[in-house]
This record gives sequence, structure tokens and C-alpha cells, in this order.
Amino acid sequence: MSESDVTRDGVRDARPGREAMTGVHAGRRGRRRGRSERPMVPDAEFASYYGLPVLNKPTWKPLDIAGYLYLGGLAGASSLLAAGGQLTGRPGLAAPAKLGAAGAVSLSLAALVHDLGRPARFLNMLRVFKPTSPMSVGSWLLAGYAPLALTAAATEVTGRYRPVGSAATVAAAFLGPAVATYTAVLLSDTAVPSWHEGYRELPYVFAGSAATAASGLALAAAPAAQAGPARRLAVLGAALELGAFRVMKRRMGLVAEPFEQGRPRLLLRAAELLTTGGAALALLRGRDRRPALAAGAALLTGSAALRFGVFHAGVASAEDPAYTVAPQRERLTAS
Amino acid sequence: MRDADEGRGNALYGPQPDVSGAAGYPDAPPRVGFFTDTSVCIGCKACEVACKEWNAIPADGLGLTGMSYDNTRGLGADSWRHVAFVEQRRPLGGQEPGVAHDDVDVFAAASRLGTDAPAPGPAPETAPAERISPLSPEGRTELRWLMSSDVCKHCTHAACLDVCPTGALFRTEFGTVVVQEDVCNGCGYCVSACPYGVIDQREDDGRVWKCTLCYDRLGVGMEPACAKSCPTDSIQFGPLEELRERARERVARLHAAGVTDARLYGESPDDGVGGAGAFFLLLDEPEVYGLPPDPVVTTRDLPGMWRHAAVAAASLVALAAAGFARRP
Repeated sequence: MSESDVTRDGVRDARPGREAMTGVHAGRRGRRRGRSERPMVPDAEFASYYGLPVLNKPTWKPLDIAGYLYLGGLAGASSLLAAGGQLTGRPGLAAPAKLGAAGAVSLSLAALVHDLGRPARFLNMLRVFKPTSPMSVGSWLLAGYAPLALTAAATEVTGRYRPVGSAATVAAAFLGPAVATYTAVLLSDTAVPSWHEGYRELPYVFAGSAATAASGLALAAAPAAQAGPARRLAVLGAALELGAFRVMKRRMGLVAEPFEQGRPRLLLRAAELLTTGGAALALLRGRDRRPALAAGAALLTGSAALRFGVFHAGVASAEDPAYTVAPQRERLTAS
Repeated sequence: MRDADEGRGNALYGPQPDVSGAAGYPDAPPRVGFFTDTSVCIGCKACEVACKEWNAIPADGLGLTGMSYDNTRGLGADSWRHVAFVEQRRPLGGQEPGVAHDDVDVFAAASRLGTDAPAPGPAPETAPAERISPLSPEGRTELRWLMSSDVCKHCTHAACLDVCPTGALFRTEFGTVVVQEDVCNGCGYCVSACPYGVIDQREDDGRVWKCTLCYDRLGVGMEPACAKSCPTDSIQFGPLEELRERARERVARLHAAGVTDARLYGESPDDGVGGAGAFFLLLDEPEVYGLPPDPVVTTRDLPGMWRHAAVAAASLVALAAAGFARRP
């Protein structure tokens, strides 16, 4: 008989090889010499299978997904500035913020569809609603937010149906903050060590980064007399972003290393300098538009650099088995 | 947070005895799975071949890796079974051929050569009666060759299934996790979510693929192709409870025989994924085979993540409000 079958009464015709004993034929049972098979001193380094990663590397394309993280933040926080500008009588601030939000969310949608393995099936995202899937929640958020942001911008440009536009602007401001911060959950809800372990602080980092990007755009585009809220938001956002990032790295321990190495390190250093510099420049006031333009450019690039830095650091952490194995082994040893 | 989750019937984390019932199957058959006993794996790769053939998985390149006999490298879109080969300079558990001749001084014996060498004495008492093992005794260079056929774990709490935004990944009535290829749109979220690095995207196809535990065969009462083809029954298929019982007995027998390295991996419902549907008997630490030592389903922390994101969104609103609070 060369095959076994699983029946309702259990396994039939199981092969005898299953019960084979390692080393029994050689005649030894039990340990006579007292030499243990396993070294008593734990290995100083972690073990791995030929140094191969444990995880499969994220399939997301950096330009699409890191770009989306950035644009989503820019759009969400811009909607807040748009609604604020509209409610406080700053049309010069509201207009570019509405256009920025609509442009950024359109580009995000394009990037998200482009990243799919089967772009023609992008509507399958709305097939179900799953709170356990941040991507499902995000798809529904965007499905609600994008039409509002686009309506707000369209009425702004055409000057028609203004009441509808105002309502859309306010409604977009309700969804905008969620669009800006859920992307942190999108990254954290993975097995990628440097994304997952930062789940407590990453939403604040992304909220701050969204604020700096949106205020950068507003600073560059709004007249100086109406840009006061953007100036203050730039400073507050920069403080939140950089502060939360520090706390996050300190808490993460070993898996914070990928943030400090190679390309992510360069990107994150650049993000820090550009965001700090941009926020400082944003405080300068005067007739000269050039500092505001420079501040805007610095804040926009700084926010983008942060998102790309975080993205690449996560990918690097998935590619090195150390970041998967060592913290888990430590956890087992501790318990 | 653990307590809070348990209050919700372990939807995201912790033991879940009725996994199909929780997924909405009222009269589900018993949960099935694999018990892969690596102590009898001979590295023949019949499972890899049978899996490829039955599931019509495309070829994914021929290449020599130099990693012992493993040229598959790992699980992915086009490899749903992967046999790992680990070579170690360590003796096999319990092996003691008893031919060390520690008591014989060969130089003293050689000095007597050519004179009146005595006839060889009787074999030492410790030597085995008839068989002679080719393995060297302790103290010399020794090698053990570990082989293990890896597969999708069909977790009780499957991160891939939890994060799938389209519902392409679903729980079957057998408690396994399967991708519907006509629904998957290739978003790749499951790839980053899997703590074992199992599921992956097929490049020219765009969708993700992984072991289905031969869902088509289960439906008609057949065992999965890999288990069917395994010549040593290293891969055993059956109801999970029965496999767990059998595995515990097997470990006890191996321990009694001196193979103290034997341990089960993934069988405990108390582990980070609520117990794997496909679990293993290993002879070394899991990471030696390329398995994560203590995987945790990422969605365990999802309630916390949503809370932090909500507070962060509120902070963003607060920052903006602070920005508008004062007229310039």
C-alpha cells in the first residue's frame, strides 16, 4: 500500500515511516555522556535561514504609495485650511487650499489605481466594507472625500453654485483629517517591523507632516495678509511631526535602525532640515514674497521627504531578517 | 487591550476554537490542517512538485542558489510548498554509533607492527551488533541535515485575510484561508501583512497567490496534493485537533528517544496568530528554518491603531483651529 487516506474514522493505511526514530538504529537511547545537544550559552547573534528575509517584501511601488501618503496628507490638511479660510473670511487662503486639495486627491487616486496589480479592478475596493482593513476604510473615505474636495474646487473655479461649494468645503474638512491620518494605520497594520512598531506615534507624525505640507502650499499661494493661519499651522505641524518622530524612534528600539541608515536616513535628515527651515522662514513677514515662497517649497518638499523616508525604512526593515527575528526572540526570552 | 479583544469573542487575537463558525458557517466540518513532521522529512521535494502540478502553478525560473539542496528559496506566488535544507555541524539527535575506539592507542599498536602483533580482540561491548553507522562519533566533525517543507500556515487569525480590502481572501468552511483569483485586484496589502512571508504577488499577473490547502480537493473528500505525495508522511493532513494530539505524542516519543531538540511550532492556540492551521515539528529554533520565532497577527493592535489615528486626526483639527484662532 503506497497511499494513506483521511476518512471520517481517521487515517487509513498510514505509512510506517511516520514513526521512524532519529538515531534509534544506531542503538543509543538517552544521553550517556552528558553532552547537551544545544549550546547552553545563547547565540549572541540571531539565527536565520541563509540570511534570507522572513517576510516577503512589500510589493508597493515607492513613487505610487509614498507619493500617495504625501498627497493624501496634503489634500486632507488643505481641506481644513480651505474650510477655515472660508469661515473666517479669507478667500485668498481658501481658494488655493481648495484647489490644492482637489489636485492632490486626484493625483492620489491615480497613484493608487496605478499601483494595483490589476488596475481595471480598482472598483473591487468598494465591494465590501471591512473595518479590519485600513485599505478598505481608506477606499471608502476617499470615495466620500474626493467628490467633496472636487466639488469645492469646481465651484471655486467656476463661481457657480456657491452654496453647494461652501457645504462641500465644510464637509470635506470633516473627512480631511481622517484622510490625512489613516495612512499611518495603513502602514502600521502590516508585519513590516519598522512600520508596525511605530503604530502609536506614526499617526501624529503623519498629521504633523500633513499640516506642514498644506500650510506650505497655502503660504506659497495665498496673499501674505491672509496667510496667518498657514504660518501658525506650519510651526505647530512641524513641532508635532518632529516631536512625534523622536518619541517614536526612541520607543521602537532596534527596529528604529532602518530610519538611521542609507537612503531613509538621507531622506529623513532632509525632511528634518527642510521642515524646520520652512517653519522658521514661515514666521518671517513682510512685503517680500520670496521668503514665503521659499518656506512653502521647503515645507512641501520636507513633508514629501518624510513620507518617502518612512516608506523606504519600512521596506529595508522587511528585507533584513534581523528586524523580524531579533525582537521576537527577545520577546520569547523575556517571557 | 488583550482583555478588550477577548470581550469581543477573539475576533482579532487569541484562541478561537470555532474558526469556521466565527466566519459564518453554522454547520462547518471540522477544521483541517497540516502537521509537518520535519524529523522524517527526507528532502525529496515531492510536495513541491505535486503542489505545482495539481495547482498548475507556473515555473518561476531555474537557478542554483548554493543553499544546500534548496533552489526554491522560499514561499511566494509560484511556490506554495518550499523544502528548506539546513546543514549544521552538529550530531543528529541521539545518534551514537559506538565505534569511537577511545580505549585503543593506535600509536602503541603501530609500534608493535611487524613484530608479533596480537590478534585483534573482540569488538567493544558498546558496538552495535550488526549494523555499522557511517556517522562519525562525537568529537569529530559531524553534520546533521535538517529538512522541512514549509507552507502557508492558514492562521486562526490571518492578517492577510483581515487586511484584504476586496474580500478576495476568505475563510473556507474547513477553516482554511483562500484567495479568490477572480476578485483580487492586486493591491498587495496581504503581502506586507503576512508575518510568515507566505503570500506574494505574481509579477506578470498582478494578483496574489498562495496555498489553498487544495480547496478543490478538500471539497470532494481528497487530501491535499502535497500530503498525498509525501513518501514518509512528513506532511500529514487531517482534522486539526487530531493532528495536534498526534504531534504531542510524537514529540514525547522523540524526547524519550533522546531527541531533545524536537519541538512543535505553531500548534498552540495561545500563540500570536491564535494557532496555525499548518504547524510543524522542528529540530531547531524556528528562525533556523526561516520561520519567525514569535509571529503576531498585526491586526491584534488594530483597535489601538484606529484610536491613535482618531486622536491624531483630532489633533490636526486642533492645530488648524489654533492657527485660525487669532487674526493676524
